[in-house]
Amino acid sequence: MTRISSVSKHSPMNRRILMVGAALGILASACTSEAQPTDERAGIRIAVVTHGQSADPFWSVVANGVRDAAADLGVRADYQAPTRFDPIEMSQRIEAIIAAKPSGLVVSIPDAAALSAVIKRAVAAGIPVISINSGADVAASLGVLVHVGQSEYEAGVAAGERMAAAGAQHALCVNQEIGNAGLDQRCRGFGDALARAGKTSKVLGVELANPDDARQRIAGAFRADPGLDAMLTLGPTGAEPALGALQQLDSARSIRFATFDLSPRVLEAVRDGRMLFAVDQQQYLQGYLPIVLLTKYVETLALPGGGKVIATGPGFVTRETAARVIDLSARGIR
Amino acid sequence: MAFAEAVGPRRFLTELPALGGALIIWSLFAILAGPAFMGAQGAAAYLNAAAPLGIIAVVVSLLMIGGEFDLSVGSTIGLCGMALMLLVGQAGWPFWAALPVIFALAGAVGFINGWLVVKTGLPSFLVTLAMLFVGRGLTIAGTRRLAGRTQLGGLGVRDGSLAHTLFGSDLPGGLHVTTAWWIGLVIIAGWCLQRSRFGNWVFAVGGHADAARNAGVPVARVKITLFMATAMAAALVALLQAVRYDGADALRGEAMEFRAIVAVVIGGTLLTGGYGTVLGAALGALIFGMVQQGIVLTGTDADWFQVLLGVLLLVAVLANHSLRKRLLGTA
Repeated sequence: MTRISSVSKHSPMNRRILMVGAALGILASACTSEAQPTDERAGIRIAVVTHGQSADPFWSVVANGVRDAAADLGVRADYQAPTRFDPIEMSQRIEAIIAAKPSGLVVSIPDAAALSAVIKRAVAAGIPVISINSGADVAASLGVLVHVGQSEYEAGVAAGERMAAAGAQHALCVNQEIGNAGLDQRCRGFGDALARAGKTSKVLGVELANPDDARQRIAGAFRADPGLDAMLTLGPTGAEPALGALQQLDSARSIRFATFDLSPRVLEAVRDGRMLFAVDQQQYLQGYLPIVLLTKYVETLALPGGGKVIATGPGFVTRETAARVIDLSARGIR
Repeated sequence: MAFAEAVGPRRFLTELPALGGALIIWSLFAILAGPAFMGAQGAAAYLNAAAPLGIIAVVVSLLMIGGEFDLSVGSTIGLCGMALMLLVGQAGWPFWAALPVIFALAGAVGFINGWLVVKTGLPSFLVTLAMLFVGRGLTIAGTRRLAGRTQLGGLGVRDGSLAHTLFGSDLPGGLHVTTAWWIGLVIIAGWCLQRSRFGNWVFAVGGHADAARNAGVPVARVKITLFMATAMAAALVALLQAVRYDGADALRGEAMEFRAIVAVVIGGTLLTGGYGTVLGAALGALIFGMVQQGIVLTGTDADWFQVLLGVLLLVAVLANHSLRKRLLGTA
């Protein structure tokens, strides 16, 4: 900045050249800032393209997993994501990456219709592809080697089994985003597991954009049905209003409460015993594991799982582990 | 009018900064990203990324030369894409029956934009900003209500059918057919602007609307036509993307309005209207595509894309500004 102002007396042409130089400099420094590994692995280059917006804390943890794995293994991994949810821009970026012929490609598949053509092209170009986070159901049909993520239905089942083991008889599943297929699967798995244990459950839809209304409706559901003694929310946007709703209820009534996914308030509630557990898909591993898998695949052609899903979750954060997870979360790796 | 005439004979000079910019950006990434960027596959990657923006930018440049903005083009892409998916995917209409409907829908959006601007005299920046929210909100709320989702896949245009050939196929070299639409529009819009009476009217309306009106130019008709043209371009992009990516979601086209303005301005068109070229806007879109894909190819974190874009925009504005000064002896 100071350099630009110090030549402000020069001709417009000089200034223009300087601006272009500044653009070059920004880009060049951004490109060379990564450490260059020195061993034979330095030639391995893995591209990661996800739909996670850069400002989303969930995806920062995935990006940190990618970065840590690349540093641990001495390979190069580049993490890319459009600034907004935009499968078309994802598809365009993957097209550019195919031209660069990386050693491996990691993608999330939030919109199979929009992304399948370009993923098939990458596979046809001989690039080993691993999918993460979303797309477990289509991965194999696109020629993806393995999917690393969480099966939402299985995670719901695991949550239901834990809830039944904790003594729940009649549970409420609070869905904050009706129509999101992944959330429906979580509720369905939860209900199926409870039913297998001889318990009952029902679903309540709330709107994540309206937390006050959600809190009133959750409290209302408990007042209307005195038999309810457990609740599962499907994310922090459901869990936080639910914590408020429980405070409105008769303190003599004990409700077993658990949620999917982590947030600072969820972790504090688990640590303080106001929640039983939080189901965690441990997305750090969705960034870390594919880099390890692809590096080993390039070196040995070996791959675990036989084309199946490698589950990074469900993991469970409980009262015993919550304090440590709060620390790890502050470091961006949980 | 006077402004445009003064530049008339040297009008081709307008594209010089954009052309120089495109060459500089190409060289920059040829050095940083190497053969992957320079090769045919790399070229296809950035041309394919530039094409949808190029289609919008080419038509938006006419509108901006005519002195107006359209911030609703992005939401019109979303609206038309979802309308197509609802008609064909949900209601079971034949593809070719739905086509005129989505273009009529876009035409209506453009007409309302233009009519409001002409009748109220409010800045188009505000009128179309309002339309951006109305369009995007309608798209999200409407599809939630009608389909229970905001992402609709399965347009089901078969490979080899006429619709697929026209809107979703690949040309030799891995180029999307979208690039052919882009080039076609550059030629048509360029001819319109430089060679037709309508083009003269556009320059006149954007340069000085009152003087144009006194000279007998149908100002309202020109402006409304331009707004309808940008909305139709949005419908075309929605159609091309829905066929290629076999579906649409309610967020399609988000931020396209600003990207189009950036491309047009990089291409040398004045924000105040009355001055600019179609080819410049196309080059602006090309620069946009090269930067987006070039950054991916260097392996740099994509967050740098916006930084470089902002710097580029500034450089372009400065370069255009000083060139115009030199041409006219005034700012």
